[in-house]
Amino acid sequence: MSLTLDEVHRIAVLARIEVSDEQALATQAQLNDIFALIGEMQAVDTAAVEPMSHARDLTMRLREDVVTEHDQRELFQSIAPRVDDGLYLVPKVIE
Amino acid sequence: MLNLSLKQLSDSLAAKQVSSVEMTRFFLDRIAKHNDELNAFITVDEEKTLAQAAAADARIAKGDVAPLTGIPVAHKDIFCARGWLTTCASKMLSNFIAPYDAHVISRFNDAGAVMLGKTNMDEFAMGSSNETSFYGPVKNPWDMTRVPGGSSGGSAAAVAARIAPVATATDTGGSIRQPAALTGLTGLKPTYGLVSRYGMIAFASSLDQGGVLSKSAEDAALVLNVMAGFDARDSTSIEHAPEDYTRDLRSTSADPAQPLAGLRVGVVKEHFGAGLSADVGGPVQAALEQFRKLGATLVDVSTPSAKLAVPAYYVIAPAEASSNLSRFDGARYGHRAADYRDLAEMYSKSRAEGFGSEVKRRILIGAYVLSHGYYDAYYVKAQKIRRLIANDFAAAFAQCDIVVGPTSPTVAFPLGAKASDPVQMYLNDIYTIPANLAGLPAMSIPCGFGEHGLPVGLHMVGNYFAEAQMLNIAHQYQLATDWHARAPEGV
Repeated sequence: MSLTLDEVHRIAVLARIEVSDEQALATQAQLNDIFALIGEMQAVDTAAVEPMSHARDLTMRLREDVVTEHDQRELFQSIAPRVDDGLYLVPKVIE
Repeated sequence: MLNLSLKQLSDSLAAKQVSSVEMTRFFLDRIAKHNDELNAFITVDEEKTLAQAAAADARIAKGDVAPLTGIPVAHKDIFCARGWLTTCASKMLSNFIAPYDAHVISRFNDAGAVMLGKTNMDEFAMGSSNETSFYGPVKNPWDMTRVPGGSSGGSAAAVAARIAPVATATDTGGSIRQPAALTGLTGLKPTYGLVSRYGMIAFASSLDQGGVLSKSAEDAALVLNVMAGFDARDSTSIEHAPEDYTRDLRSTSADPAQPLAGLRVGVVKEHFGAGLSADVGGPVQAALEQFRKLGATLVDVSTPSAKLAVPAYYVIAPAEASSNLSRFDGARYGHRAADYRDLAEMYSKSRAEGFGSEVKRRILIGAYVLSHGYYDAYYVKAQKIRRLIANDFAAAFAQCDIVVGPTSPTVAFPLGAKASDPVQMYLNDIYTIPANLAGLPAMSIPCGFGEHGLPVGLHMVGNYFAEAQMLNIAHQYQLATDWHARAPEGV
């Protein structure tokens, strides 16, 4: 299989990464090389194999529903790009 | 102090032959002298570091001493350390002062270790040559025109050049073991879940594991004693009873000449075929012979699905990365673009500017394989291959105690040689990736030299939680050989 230029632009939108037409063209060639490598997987019949999502079969732990974190808003916001009055500032979303 | 083991450094502190401040100063001076050329450290903060050393000296004076108290340790810049710039070698985090400590960092702090600085790496740990770093490539101390491997290239170069006694690192597909092989070090990636991922910036969460780059297996065991341990803040941390990883560092055999008597070493026949450079194959074969001399029995094992490990990894790791790295959006921390019209553009421009090309490539691969219509063909397929690889190891461990082969197909390659060809770069990790997919502990130890006098690594994969046994096997090999004690010329 190979990715079309439109598909490169589509996944760039999904990934929220701005890509110029020129970059998309270069990326397309590299992604197609990588997908040729990935495609080697398809040679093996895995119909009867159970997918393995994790290195160890784990059951998720539960914990008591109690507060474990204390308020560190000022510390955390001291490294934020833009804050005002304790709020993170981003462009207006709702008109 | 240059070549002393951690045990020897610790003993000299306990005997008051040297203070932690003096020892730390010694390594800071070496960093000041050599780092411009090596580029192994991203951040050095002498004031903070020496304050920690002074605190360690106060602890030692009171007799409150743990094995690493007062020892300077370099940390890969993937571990958040409160008050320290923590960049993951990315422009995205080039202004990120971590507001909290990773579990690993707090363990070292509790032990009284001294933080020597933050080491360079491939951006977000994505790379095998340390050339994707926003802070520039790291040089291999054995040959400054060559790569040190990656992604933990800065940690490897720092220890190999003896500007740090030991360093932490992380391994998602080989990022501890491949640099260890390329710089003549001992590298240990523990069983998945043994070292907490809390505060370790995530790349591929089902594969990422913290570990160590050191001058010997004995040093690695001491450091693992500090790093390993259950942490409720990491949902995949394993509730495993604490172990002393130094406990087996002695002969378990009645015959001192045959310390590995009874050990069954599985040799992966697929790893000695086409693709393995002859100058690497030779020293690895010689190491197998050495194991036999030490009393081990060699058995042939087969891991037929391992050849699909690289393709499966380049689906699973990017898929997890695309999800993990979605948190970098320019809203709460990290890089934000200067100009944008709306929220969507703030995200897409901040990410386009903040991420380097390899990171973007992997995010795009991940977004694609997880997208509607492709999920089963790629992501589920890769997860099935992952199962086959884990099954191969399970079958091998029915026949042997440990699986061995080469760590990397070649010795260190020249800077720039593979930087523009992602697929060639990815194939560097062909022997190391299977252990990550299965979650098994693995090591690389120096076993000789190949072309241009460059180090060669022997790869060992153990069964789950076999770290102590594997460290002893490496230790016995290192008692009988001196490859691990060789340092680059001029050091």
